[in-house]
Amino acid sequence: MRLITVAGPPSSGKTAIICKAAEALRAEGVSVGVVKFDCLSSGDQALYERRGIPARTGLSGNLCPDHFFVSNIEECLAWGVRSGFDLLISESAGLCNRCAPHIKDVCAVCVIDNLSGVETPRKIGPMLKMADIVVVTKGDIVSQAEREVFAHRVRQVNAGAVIIHVNGLTGQGGHELGRLLRGAAPVVAVEGRLLRFSMPAALCSYCLGQRRIGADFQMGNVKKMELE
Amino acid sequence: MPMKTPYADLPLERLFHEHPHVRDFLAALGLAELPAGPTLASCLAALDEERLEDVGLERQELLARFAAYMEGVERLLRPQRATIGSVTVIGGRDKSGAAENFTLELRPGEVTCIVGPTGSGKSRFLADIEWLAQGDSPTGRRVLINGAVPDPGRRYAVDQKLVAQLSQNMNFVMDLSAEEFISLHAESRMVAEPAAVTRTILDLANSLAGEQFTPATPVTALSGGQSRALMIADVACLSSSPIVLIDEIENAGIDRKRALALLADRDKIILMATHDPILALMGERRLVFKNGGVARIIATSAAERANLARFEEMDARLTAVRHALRNGEEIAGEF
Repeated sequence: MRLITVAGPPSSGKTAIICKAAEALRAEGVSVGVVKFDCLSSGDQALYERRGIPARTGLSGNLCPDHFFVSNIEECLAWGVRSGFDLLISESAGLCNRCAPHIKDVCAVCVIDNLSGVETPRKIGPMLKMADIVVVTKGDIVSQAEREVFAHRVRQVNAGAVIIHVNGLTGQGGHELGRLLRGAAPVVAVEGRLLRFSMPAALCSYCLGQRRIGADFQMGNVKKMELE
Repeated sequence: MPMKTPYADLPLERLFHEHPHVRDFLAALGLAELPAGPTLASCLAALDEERLEDVGLERQELLARFAAYMEGVERLLRPQRATIGSVTVIGGRDKSGAAENFTLELRPGEVTCIVGPTGSGKSRFLADIEWLAQGDSPTGRRVLINGAVPDPGRRYAVDQKLVAQLSQNMNFVMDLSAEEFISLHAESRMVAEPAAVTRTILDLANSLAGEQFTPATPVTALSGGQSRALMIADVACLSSSPIVLIDEIENAGIDRKRALALLADRDKIILMATHDPILALMGERRLVFKNGGVARIIATSAAERANLARFEEMDARLTAVRHALRNGEEIAGEF
């Protein structure tokens, strides 16, 4: 089985492009399953299943969503293997733009949209910088010039990635994305593998439920801004 | 021949002087401020671990990333407009599996129109060209460049995209003036004289648009006609894509004939999806789409061209009426 990690800011079109690629793959006889990671609620499992794509949802609730992802991906992979998929896609939103679910030697995709503005590629960390494939969406509503500037900005932060434009509405580019995903390396297990980059250090008093503001209540990893 | 010094080993001042865009590259990675050093390699080696953690990068990858970026820049600077003399599309099959049986050669300066109802396969046709399909798309079509199978690496080179697209529902979303906007595009294309190119584009756009705008006009404040004019002038002068797909140029406020001539003069291969009688007959030929395939290719005949002249006359008369309406005249006399 092949495993793909798909990540990207909220509302960038991850679910739409996964659906398009999965439909194109299914037409070629490739079976695809999806594990959706979300925080509070998600209607995407139903959305996938309506299209005949088997899916599972994990809600992280009050845990950091990417930490939640790492703690569960092994079991998800096992589910994919048991289900006999050719391809398992994990979908997660990179909420602070500094986390990344990408794993070494596992095909990593980042989805970002043209409408988010040309500064966006600079604001996203390893999720974009360390992706193998960058999918750019919503290109049909911005000018050619903006698409080219945006792609240039992506190339600045990740010169090695394949950049592909996919239209989540019409599906243009979905077949081509499916082709790329089919070429990912097979994965048998992820136990012992490394994340491509460390997650941001956490563990301060606020992680443990502290709600009161003030220096006396701050413990652990605390960092102060320079304002002068 | 002696081996070329890697960019990261050039004296830092020389690197920044010869490649000022490297500063922007570093800023994009969150490394605008670097520890002092004689070369970029030494500066990067001196970065402390915490800083790298903050920006989310690994030291050993930085040099490789920089090298890959510079490779892309070199590719961008290589002249390539002249390298595409033709794009050939070899037919595959329609949705029912029936063979298309055509070989179509598209050449710079030519206008080919695309007609057919929604869902008839127009988007798939363009996707096949953009993807440089080699029998590996749902239609089984094949695309050749200069008569030969293109290098597969070309599929993924964003700076060598074959198709630039201009469509009805495109907007400018950046909050910049027309001049700032075009300069930004020119810089990303690494053109030698961004200011001069920007001026040319703004002048061309103004000559295509009915109403004038200034370099300081925000792009988001341009009228529909002005936006379209600016997009066309920009694609003609700055986009490296040899094929331009136009999804209908609306009638309002733009000289459509001149817009097409401008693109053709810049050696673009023009594909235009349109059912406007004048535009559709202006092309060399039109592709008729049906059931996901090209059902027919009609070369614009002499009889059709004669009709085009009549349609243009009718269009001119309607334009005169529109003009008169705008000026508050009565539409009672002969038009």
